[in-house]
Amino acid sequence: MKPAEFYMRDRTLHPPSYHPGYKTSVPRSPKQALLTVQQSLSEITGPAFGHNDMGPLDHDLIKNFDHGGDPVGERIILHGRVLDENARPVPKTLVEIWQANASGRYRHKKDVYLGALDPNFGGCGRTITDDQGYYFFRTIKPGPYPWLNYVNSWRPAHIHVSVFGTSFSQRLITQLYFEGDPLIPKCPIVQTIPDPQAVEQLTAVLDMNTAIPMDCLAYKFDIVLRGRRSTLFENRLEGN
Amino acid sequence: MAHNKTQPLNYLRESASQTAGPYVHIGLAPGAAGFEIYERELGTDIAGPNAPGERVRIEGVVYDGLGASVKDVLIEVWQADAAGIYPHPEDPRHADVAPGFRGWGRVISDFDSGVWTLDTIKPGPCPGRMGRVQAPHLSLWIVSRGINIGLNTRLYFPEDTALHAADPILGSIEQRGRVKTLIATKIAAGQYRFDISLQGDDETVFMDI
Ligand SMILES: [Fe+3]
Repeated sequence: MKPAEFYMRDRTLHPPSYHPGYKTSVPRSPKQALLTVQQSLSEITGPAFGHNDMGPLDHDLIKNFDHGGDPVGERIILHGRVLDENARPVPKTLVEIWQANASGRYRHKKDVYLGALDPNFGGCGRTITDDQGYYFFRTIKPGPYPWLNYVNSWRPAHIHVSVFGTSFSQRLITQLYFEGDPLIPKCPIVQTIPDPQAVEQLTAVLDMNTAIPMDCLAYKFDIVLRGRRSTLFENRLEGN
Repeated sequence: MAHNKTQPLNYLRESASQTAGPYVHIGLAPGAAGFEIYERELGTDIAGPNAPGERVRIEGVVYDGLGASVKDVLIEVWQADAAGIYPHPEDPRHADVAPGFRGWGRVISDFDSGVWTLDTIKPGPCPGRMGRVQAPHLSLWIVSRGINIGLNTRLYFPEDTALHAADPILGSIEQRGRVKTLIATKIAAGQYRFDISLQGDDETVFMDI
């Protein structure tokens, strides 16, 4: 197969770099236009990961920081597929997550929120999708937390999600929100996304069929990465 | 959704980016942030111990639009080996990539100084489009609190001036005065400095790849 480019990123669904409602973006956003780059080998390739990169409990946030018990909070399974814009599964790709505990507190030295730390909750996990692009984690539903953007800004419950895909141009970090959370429409970070449908796509849905009776609820969250041209006609990326 | 079309395209849409936030370190570089949870931290060894090539150390600071150092940044690196080969099946020469060479890594800045440091080998020139040659470069991806969508840029090495003149990406920069924002400074043998400006007069050239 001839190498092919990934589809142009649709910038109308992504947040712009500069969004004054999210104050930290004001000094941290480029003002010049991005340089348009036609993809080369440097952009259509990217790192690969394998199961020997993972520990056996890396995907289980209920057990991967066990200091003598389970963490407190709502036990959930988080699962879904990594797909591309052609709806093709992205197999064997690394998915990493991090989050606050049930009180909305991160195990991070810079987090000084008065929500309590949980001795049994670390707050990060990682896994590799299977051949069908499927992944799952077990974790605790994070709590909302306050932050100083406006004086009374609160983040909706969310989990940070990092995905690789097969090329460096597909690299993506996003956040997962939970269906029905009234803080979602009030959040300045959510509001950086210009397209309401794109926000909906970041909202995990309750999935009772995957919930385990008497144990944990489940939420489904599919992640979509940039799609890729097919090579019906030879393009001239590589040859001459 | 375009329900009224008889031939719907049925493409999915990419998930929207969101900022990595202030606590990206516990997710992607917990060990570097002083949080021991994984047996094996990813991204700490770009080249492996045995790959041939010149060992280089690159340090830098990311500055915001007011000149303050960004102390909570995370940078990922993707690069070819010393022969210009990427360890990826899409590179026709990938079977010949240097042993143990991963080509990918991630670093975080020091929480107090904002300085980040990465150790790797200098990549070789690699093929570009249409038979052109790309000068040795690292592809960088920068995320942090306040960055809504990861920023792509490249780092080039100052000694490769002849290759820079022919490099298709550097050549496509219309404002020639900005080319220098992509070229590291040599500070000692095997040591380079590469500061990144998110915004301002010396704003780094970022790329829509
Ligand atoms: Fe957060």
